[in-house]
Parts: sequence; structure tokens; C-alpha cells
Amino acid sequence: MKPDATFLGSSIGKKIVMAVTGLVLVLFVIGHMVGNLQIFMGAEALNAYSEFLHHMLHGGGLWIARLVLLACAALHIWAAVTLTRMNAAARPVPYRQVHREASTFASRYMRVTGFILLFFIVFHLLNLTTGQWHPGGAFVKGQVYRNLVSTFQVAWVSALYIVAMVALAGHLSHGIWSLMQTMGWNHPRYNALRKHLAWAVTAVVVVANISFPIAVLAGFIR
Amino acid sequence: MELNPNVPSDPIEQMWENHRFNMKLVNPANKRKYKVIVVGSGLAGAAAAASMGELGYQVDCYCYQDSPRRAHSIAAQGGINAAKNYRGDGDSIYRLFYDTVKGGDFRSREANVYRLAENSVKIIDQAVAQGVPFAREYGGLLDNRSFGGAQVSRTFYAKGQTGQQLLLGAYQALERQIGLETVKMNTRHEMLELVVVDGHAKGIVVRDMVTGKVESHLADAVVLATGGYGNVFYLSTNAKGCNVTANWRAYKKGAAFANPCYTQIHPTCIPVTGDHQSKLTLMSESLRNDGRVWAPKKKEDCGKKPGEIKEEDRDYFLERKYPSFGNLVPRDVASRNAKEVCDEGRGVGPGGRGVYLDFSDAIKRLGKHKVEEKYGNLFEMYERITDENPYEVPMRIYPAVHYTMGGLWVDYNLQSTIPGLFVLGEANFSDHGANRLGASALMQGLSDGYFIVPYTIGNYLAGQSPAKRPAADHADVKAAEAAVKARTERFLSIGGKETPTHFHRELGKIMWEYCGMARNEAGLKKAIELIGELRKEFWSNLRVPGTGEELNQSLEMAGRVADFIELGELMCLDALERRESCGGHFREEFQTPEGEALRDDANFAHVAAWEYKGEGVKPARNVEPLEFEHVHLATRSYK
Amino acid sequence: MSKTMNLTLLVWRQKDAKSEGGFRPYKASGISDDMSFLEMLDIVNEGLIKAGDEPIAFDHDCREGICGMCSMVINGRPHGPKDRTTACQLHMRSFKDGDEIVIEPWRAAAFPVQRDLVVDRGAFDRIIAAGGFISAPTGTAPDANLILVPKEAADAAMDAAACIGCGACVAACPNGSAMLFVAAKLAHLGMLPQGQPERYSRVVRMVEVMDEEGFGGCTNIGECAAVCPKEISMDFIAQMNRDLL
Ligand SMILES: Cc1cc2nc3c(=O)[nH]c(=O)nc-3n(C[C@H](O)[C@H](O)[C@H](O)COP(=O)(O)OP(=O)(O)OC[C@H]3O[C@@H](n4cnc5c(N)ncnc54)[C@H](O)[C@@H]3O)c2cc1C
Ligand code: HEM
Ligand code: HEM
Ligand code: SF4
Ligand code: F3S
Ligand code: FES
Repeated sequence: MKPDATFLGSSIGKKIVMAVTGLVLVLFVIGHMVGNLQIFMGAEALNAYSEFLHHMLHGGGLWIARLVLLACAALHIWAAVTLTRMNAAARPVPYRQVHREASTFASRYMRVTGFILLFFIVFHLLNLTTGQWHPGGAFVKGQVYRNLVSTFQVAWVSALYIVAMVALAGHLSHGIWSLMQTMGWNHPRYNALRKHLAWAVTAVVVVANISFPIAVLAGFIR
Repeated sequence: MELNPNVPSDPIEQMWENHRFNMKLVNPANKRKYKVIVVGSGLAGAAAAASMGELGYQVDCYCYQDSPRRAHSIAAQGGINAAKNYRGDGDSIYRLFYDTVKGGDFRSREANVYRLAENSVKIIDQAVAQGVPFAREYGGLLDNRSFGGAQVSRTFYAKGQTGQQLLLGAYQALERQIGLETVKMNTRHEMLELVVVDGHAKGIVVRDMVTGKVESHLADAVVLATGGYGNVFYLSTNAKGCNVTANWRAYKKGAAFANPCYTQIHPTCIPVTGDHQSKLTLMSESLRNDGRVWAPKKKEDCGKKPGEIKEEDRDYFLERKYPSFGNLVPRDVASRNAKEVCDEGRGVGPGGRGVYLDFSDAIKRLGKHKVEEKYGNLFEMYERITDENPYEVPMRIYPAVHYTMGGLWVDYNLQSTIPGLFVLGEANFSDHGANRLGASALMQGLSDGYFIVPYTIGNYLAGQSPAKRPAADHADVKAAEAAVKARTERFLSIGGKETPTHFHRELGKIMWEYCGMARNEAGLKKAIELIGELRKEFWSNLRVPGTGEELNQSLEMAGRVADFIELGELMCLDALERRESCGGHFREEFQTPEGEALRDDANFAHVAAWEYKGEGVKPARNVEPLEFEHVHLATRSYK
Repeated sequence: MSKTMNLTLLVWRQKDAKSEGGFRPYKASGISDDMSFLEMLDIVNEGLIKAGDEPIAFDHDCREGICGMCSMVINGRPHGPKDRTTACQLHMRSFKDGDEIVIEPWRAAAFPVQRDLVVDRGAFDRIIAAGGFISAPTGTAPDANLILVPKEAADAAMDAAACIGCGACVAACPNGSAMLFVAAKLAHLGMLPQGQPERYSRVVRMVEVMDEEGFGGCTNIGECAAVCPKEISMDFIAQMNRDLL
């Protein structure tokens, strides 16, 4: 069906927006994680990488990426909020007793983990991209490695990151599978694999991400 | 009352074809001026309403459930017959016709049955086009099985849910017309009166079961497709809501009630466990294709576990008595034999009211998974209810009331003795005589609904000037409404001690005891007496809580039970007057030395159509003689 | 053989759509474990009527798990604790002496309560009327065997067509979503050759009405499939989404 007013209006249309934007965000997070792994290769590597990001297509590339990300986040949130409203309205009177069978913690708390991520992203940008909010010493533009290490050395900042990554774990573990379902990417033979895939991706991303603050605190990286 | 079957004189093979040509047509532009009321959304009702909607009539359809899709047709498991001869095993329209007349023990009207066999072929085409997922072979062709004692493979099926799938097909066609606004559906509306003006059926009075509002609806013709009345026995395989009310109101307004005593007792049902029992569950007859029916030879063995009873101590009584048909004898024969065995004290399970249906041989022969493939869902249902695993212990089965061949009398056009009142499906008496063969009721409901009434009603309407409907305040309309309100008031005002269900249960006991599988003069007279007393008790000691202006299930129940009580009396009367045994009607006085049914063709080769003569007056018994030009009268033998 | 038990029921009572509802406790004594759940309610109701109280209104008809009429949430689970089992097929042997059983109606904006446990599921019919059919007017059909249907397709369609339209999926879904019901019908018709011509327009029309009726959206939680008495699979939901795209 060609996308028209009723498409975005329909519950399934919104779901699909959610899935597509979600997918872009997932891909970003994966890429971002991979990029960040260069922390372990030392300051030069990471800074150079950042340099490269900032100057590809004479600086335009980054902005394009940022715009895309921003658009996705905005659409994703819009869809999330409208769907959530719709769903709340569909069950006006709650049950006295609810027996849960198939739902998981992750699937039930998508909205919560989502919003945690929202806040995380905001403070994460202030913290490491713009630097307005940077405990653990002055923020020096371009000195990505320094900025990062210095702020992770502040234990509670690291803690905040770790909490955020747990939320991310929840969001992705259901989200990645959920988006395949939403996109109709299913086949009797592979359906079982879909949940494993979601968990695998989630695990890699989150473990890697958490390893950064841990490494700093543990003093591997200084 | 004269009963004119209006059977055309043409040779039976061309009869329906020619009749369709000779019938008057309503000009397309005029169709939308005519309004037709269809009561019932089962196979018959839904098919009729959808088809007439497609033709362009304004249709109003009613059902008591919350959705037309829930009509009791949904419960049919086994399958539907059609003379497609896809197996090339020598089936033909003529053979299906022949089998059905013979199976009905020569008490049905040949012309109707032949037309049924003709239409059976079109039904399958229609259903497949609608997307009914019939079972297929690997090549993609339709699969068939043999069913209910037929010796050819002509039964089409969709797992164990044939009725459900056929009904969903008809229901979806109906919903399509509702979407196109040619049909207006009224769910949770119960018909409580028929409106007859100047001798013609012109509408109905219904109660909105949610608000309690009593309203009359007027039309140019009325179609009843309200199903069977097996619940007169309280315990039956019918849905709890199945009732005779619509038919009974029509009967009291002058529609003749034909062969009320013909009831079909199905041999393979799950036995009763106790007084709390609210309904009985059927296990599809197809089980008899592979299951072997037996009972212990010795009374002493009845208490034992089936496994402990040695092969030589088992009596496979159907195979013993009917070598050629064995376990596949028709329902009435199988049921009666099970009853005899239990009466001899050789029954098993609670109260000794059951015999075994054993699959161990089939499992040995075909392997467990083949058996599972064929009957898995039925075995599961059995285990769910009894908590016993039929793969290990034999099933216990006992006969239960399942189908009522009797119903409102209709002519070849399916029109009752009230002009403008048409009756379809199980609600009419038309095609099954004294006994219905398996997989033929679905066929009849759909034949009536899709392929007969849409034509014959046109023939009637063409004779009526469009929209000659009575005014809403016509005296007869008001009177009908008032009658309904008065009845409701009466139920609510008795203020006795007993619940409607109590009276229903009591009626059921009387009917099962004296008018069930075997009947005799003394018993039937006794039953009429007992029902008379029960009726008095009902009207003096009934308690219906609440009011008429709300959703009130006790009130609905009370109305249905009141009508069942009156029907029960008529059934016993009919059974008493029919001094012969035929099909589902077995009179102990009339049997062969071997205990087989003994027909009396000289005196009873006719339809008995009862005519209401007023409160407290004995109804009149009119007869429609039956001629058998094609299928020659013979005693059924399944030996 | 059969044991008997005494139970306490906590049942939602509501006079009509407009009135406020609330829970009321009832005793169910001498219940045999051979009884079906509805037979247990029958007995409680008989008692209520005799005691001059009003019986508990609940929907039921076939009592053999096929009509889809029975509809109640038993101890927080639509149709009660047993898998693949409708309320009418549930037997008391699934409970034990002294149990407290909470009984509630389906709760969804699209299924307004009409009385006690009785709700209005007309929304399902309106979804079907919007497109849940194959347009095949009576008498227009070709010979049945002219349309070949691979056994696999026929069987798969049958699995989807087994839906009894009970609404338990909606009752179970935290979002009050009707996706499983709609997806099952779309899959039934969409997997058959006869269903192809209207396949894509059908999805659009049915989903549109589904949303209008006030059902929620799906967030792939899966409670629906878990409680479905006919084991309708969530895969059909994915299939529906794909067809909509
Ligand atoms: C368990 C079981 C299994 C069966 N298996 C088979 C089988 O395998 N093969 C076969 O051929 N036949 C079978 N039959 C028989 C067959 O299913 C029925 O005879 C047939 O479906 C009847 O269809 P119908 O349309 O005449 O009536 P129903 O399907 O019973 O429909 C009756 C309709 O009338 C409505 N109604 C009734 N009273 C009123 C009222 N007062 N006011 C308003 N509406 C009313 C109801 O709401 C319903 O919509 C089986 C029957 C049972 C009980
Ligand atoms: C910014 C704040 C965010 C909010 C409020 C939010 C909220 C939601 C909600 C409510 C859902 C629907 C729940 C479900 O479908 O099960 C969802 C799905 C999803 N989210 Fe987020 N999310 C946010 C950020 C993110 C981020 C940063 C990512 C990627 C890292 C992401 C990836 C996904 C994915 C993949 C899905 C599954 C889509 C689908 O079910 O089809 N979300 N989100
Ligand atoms: C512990 C894990 C993480 C680390 C160490 C980390 C590190 C960084 C660093 C160093 C930057 C600045 C890069 C630069 O300016 O060149 C950055 C930018 C960013 N990060 Fe992270 N990040 C982490 C997790 C995340 C997650 C989970 C998300 C999203 C959900 C995220 C989203 C972003 C965004 C959107 C930017 C801005 C990119 C830009 O526009 O410049 N980060 N991150
Ligand atoms: S999908 Fe399952 S739960 Fe939902 S209506 Fe159909 S049968 Fe009931
Ligand atoms: S439970 Fe609800 S969220 Fe979707 S998967 Fe089932 S409809
Ligand atoms: S009453 Fe028919 S499914 Fe439960």
C-alpha cells in the first residue's frame, strides 16, 4: 500500500514508522559502538576517528548524519507517544487480577526504557559532544579521548552511563525482535532465530558500551 | 387444512430446472421495494439472507447470539455430502438421492430429496469460491471421506470443523451484504411472535435482549431458519440457546408442524457424568470409520478396567449383528443397539450408561500418528472433558439427542401452510424423513438457503404488489405485540420457587424416559399426563427474577421452556399416533423378532402435519401421503 | 472417582452499560470436579435465583469450544488457566478445594460491558463486514476442482480459519489490540488462491475499521497468542504487516 494519510494514521502505519526509525537508531548505536572501540587503541586513534567524522564531506557528512538521527528520534518518539495514547485508551478499565503468560519485562517497559534513553541522549550530548555539562575537568573540543576518560573517572557519571546502558539493553532486546515482527520479516524456518539474534546484538552493543566506563574506572585507560 | 405439496408434474430429473423456469420473477427494479425478514443466521439463514441481499431485496436478519457467526451450525464436525463423484467410485446425484430416501426410512418427499442431491454439487463449488478451506490431497484436489454409513466417499470436510468453516463462508457473505447495506443484521434479538395479516405472514415481534424493548418489524415475507428443537430433551448436543420458540409461535398462528416425533439420537456422544450435566458433547460419527464399538459379554466385567477384559469376553455387537455394515450402520440402528446392551446391564462407566469405542486396532493398523492426524482434535476434546486418554483407554460413548427431523411443514417451495412464511434448514421437516444420514443437514441448510428460497420467494413476492405491508398500528400487529408483553408480564409475576432450568430439566427427564430412543403406548400416555402436570406446576411455581426492561437470561429461558413444554406434549401425541417404527421413531410394539424397526407402509407412508386448534383443544392431525416412484419401498437392511 | 470442593468466587457485577460495576463474593459449595466451569456457575445461579437474588449474566451457547460465545477472565487469564481451552470446556478439576476465583468480563473500550460478564463484540463483525470475505455471489462459482489448492496452503489457511472470534486475544493484550483476530482472518483468506484478488485492499479496509473501533495497536507482546484457545500464531500478525506494506 502506498503511504498516504491513512497509513501514518493507522496503528500499523505508526508501528512501521517506529520500526524503521528504531532500526536506523539501532544501526547508529552499533556503528557508534564500533567506532568507540577505538578507545582501546589509544588517544590518537580515537581522536583521528573523530577528526575524520567531523571532516568527511568537508564537515557536511556529520551534519547529514545528525539530521537523519534527529529526524528518526523525533518520528520514533512521535509514533511512540501516539501509539501509547491509543493503547491506553483501548483498555479504560483495568483488570483486578492479571496473569502474565508471554509478556517479558522488556516488552512491558519499552516506554520507560525508551524515555531513559531519551534523557541519556540529551545529557550525553551535553557531556561529550558540546561539553556544557562535563564533570571531571574542563571539556576540550577535539580532545575526544581526554574528555571521555576524564568524565568517566567521575564514578557517578560512569554509573549513569551504565544505568543508561541497562535501559538500552532492555529496549533493544525486545525492540530488535519486535521490529522484525513489525516489518513482517518472518519465515517459519527462521522465526526461532529472531529472538536469539536480538539478544546477541543487544549483548554485544551493551557489553562493549559498558566496558568503556569500567575500563576507565579500573584504570586500564587513563 | 389442505396440504398441497405443490410438486410439479415433470419427471424428477428435470423437475427443479423446469420449475425454476416456470416461476414468476420479480423485476430487478422492483426487488429493492420488497422487504424480507430472515430469522436465523445459521447455514440456512445466513445463506438465504446473503443471497437475497445480493439479488437486491431489502433483508432484515435476526439472531439471538451476539454475532451471526455463532449460530449452532458452527458446531457441525463431520462433513457435508455432495454427489461430485470426485472419487469415481460410482457416486451420482441419483445415488445420493436414493441413499437419502432409503436412509430416511421412506418417510420423506422424493421430489425435495432429489433437488437436494442436485444442489449438493453446487454447494461445494460455492463454498470453495468463498474460501472454505476444505481438506485437500497433495495434488491440490479436494479430499473426501466416507461417512455415516455411506458406501461411497462423498463427504467433504475441513478438519473436524466443517460446520464452522461452512458457516464462516456464509457469514462472511452475509457480512459483505451488511457492509453494502442490503442486509440489516439484528443480533441479540429474539423472535417471540409471528405477525399474520389477512392470512399472510407480514412480520415478527422481537425482544431486544439487551434493553428488553419489544418491537414489531413488518415485511413482505418472513423466512424462519431457526434450527432444531432437540433441547426439548434438556440434555442434547445442541447449543444451550437452541429453541423452538420461533417455530412454536408460527405453529400457533396456523403453520402446520410436521412429524414432531422424529428425533435423531446420535450414537457417539460423551456419556453423562451427573445431575449437574448441562449439555452433551458429540464425538463426530467419523470416529466409527476406525473405532470398534464393544461392550463386555458378561455383566461382572463391567466394573473392570477395559484393558483387563479379555478379547473373547468382548462383544463387538454391531459387527456381530450387522456383518456387512458393521460399525457403520445408520445412527438410529447404532444408538438403539447401544441402549439395548446397557439395558441388559452390560453398560460401562457412571450409571452403566456407556459402551466402548475402541481405537487400539486402528492404532495398530495405521499407527498412532495417522490416527492422530485424522481424529487428533476429537481425541483432545474427549480427553479435555473426561480426563481420559483415548489413545490408551477406549472411549466411552452413549447415544444422545442430536437432530430433529420434524419441523414446520413446507411444500416444494419451502413455504409453510401460512402464505409468505418460508421455513429453511433444520427448522423445516422437508428432506430427511424419519432419519437423517450423516453429513446431510449442512447440505440441506445450504441448499435451502443458497439455491432454493431465493427463487421460490421471488415467485411468491411477484404475486404480491410491492411493499403492501401493513401499517405499524394495524390491529393485528398491535395484538401480536400486546401478546408478547402480556406473556413477559406473566412470567415475571408468578413469583414461585423454582427456576426455569428446573422445569427444563424435569421436562427433559420425561421426554428421554418415555419419548426417547424407544417408545410405547403406555409410556407415551403417561408422559402426556406428566407433562400436563409439569405445565401446571410451571405456571404456578416459576420464579423469574429481575424485570423485562433489561438483559434477563432467566426470562429468556422461561419463555423457551414454556414453549418446549407444549411441544413435548405434541411430540408424545405424534409418537402415540404413529403406530409403527420408522427411523428415529421406534415403537416397541412394532418390531421384528430380531428387534429391528417394523414399518407399516400401508397405514403410515405419510407425513403427519399437526394443526393448532386453540388452547386446551386437541390439535388436528392432517396427512400428506407419500408416493415412492423411484426408490421402491423396502425394509432397510444393514445386515 | 469425582471429588467435591468448596470455592469462593469474586465476580464482577454490573447492571447495564451505563451503571457502575463492582466485585461481589459468592460461595460455590459441593462442586464436583467433573463439572465444567459454566456448570459450576449454573449451580451458583440456581442458588441466587432461589435466594431472590439476580443470577450472574454470562455469555455461552455451544458449550463445546466452537461458537466463541463464552467470554470471561478467570483469575486474570481469559478463558481460565488451561491452554487451548475455552471457558466452557474448562473443568473444575483445574481447581482445588478452597480456591478463590476472580471472574471478570473482557475489558476493552471496543467491547463495552452490557451486563455482568456479557460484553458487546459487534466490533468484530464490523471488521469482517469491512473486508473479511471473498466476493463470490451465490451461483457464480466454477467447479470446485478447477481451483487447485496445495495441501500445505489449505492446511495453513485452516489453521488461521480455526479462530472462533471469542475476543480473548483482545482481552489478554495489554494494549487491547485486535491484531491476532484480524491477522487470522487475513491469513485465512490471503493464503488461498481464491483470496488473492482482494488480498491487499482487504488488509487496508479491515485495519482501518479495526482502528476506528478503538482497539489498541500491537507492540508484539504475545499475550494474545498465549491465551488463544485455538492457538492462532503471532506469525500471522507479521504476515499482515507485510501485506499492508
Ligand atoms: C454437535 C453437532 C454436530 C453436527 N454435525 C453435523 C455434520 O457433521 N454434518 C451435518 O450435515 N450436520 C451436522 N449437524 C446438524 C447441523 O449442524 C444442523 O442441523 C444445521 O447446522 C442447522 O442449521 P440451521 O441453519 O438450520 O440452524 P442453526 O445453525 O441452529 O441456526 C439457528 C439460527 O436461528 C437463530 N434463532 C433461533 N431461535 C431464534 C429466535 N427465537 N429468535 C431469533 N433467532 C433465533 C439462532 O440465533 C441461529 O442464528 C450437527 C449438529 C450438531 C448439534
Ligand atoms: C528517544 C526515546 C525513545 C523512546 C521514547 C522510545 C520508545 C519506544 C516505544 C514506545 C517503542 C514501541 C514498543 C514496542 O514496539 O514494543 C519503541 C520501539 C523501538 N525502539 Fe524505541 N524509544 C526511544 C529510543 C530508541 C532508541 C535510541 C533506539 C535505538 C537504539 C530505539 C529502538 C527501538 C526499536 C528497534 C523498537 C522496535 C520497533 C518495533 O517494535 O517495531 N528506541 N521505542
Ligand atoms: C558508553 C557508551 C558510549 C560512549 C563511550 C559514547 C561516546 C561518545 C563520544 C566520545 C561522542 C563524541 C564523538 C565526537 O564528538 O566526535 C559521542 C557522541 C554521540 N553519542 Fe555516544 N557514546 C556512548 C553511547 C551512546 C549511545 C547508547 C547513544 C544512543 C542511544 C549515543 C549517541 C550519541 C550521539 C547521538 C552522539 C553525537 C554524535 C554527533 O552528532 O557528533 N552514544 N558518544
Ligand atoms: S484469535 Fe484466538 S483469541 Fe482471538 S478471537 Fe480468534 S480464537 Fe479468540
Ligand atoms: S498481546 Fe497485544 S501487543 Fe500484539 S502481540 Fe498480541 S496483540
Ligand atoms: S460456549 Fe461456545 S465456545 Fe464456549
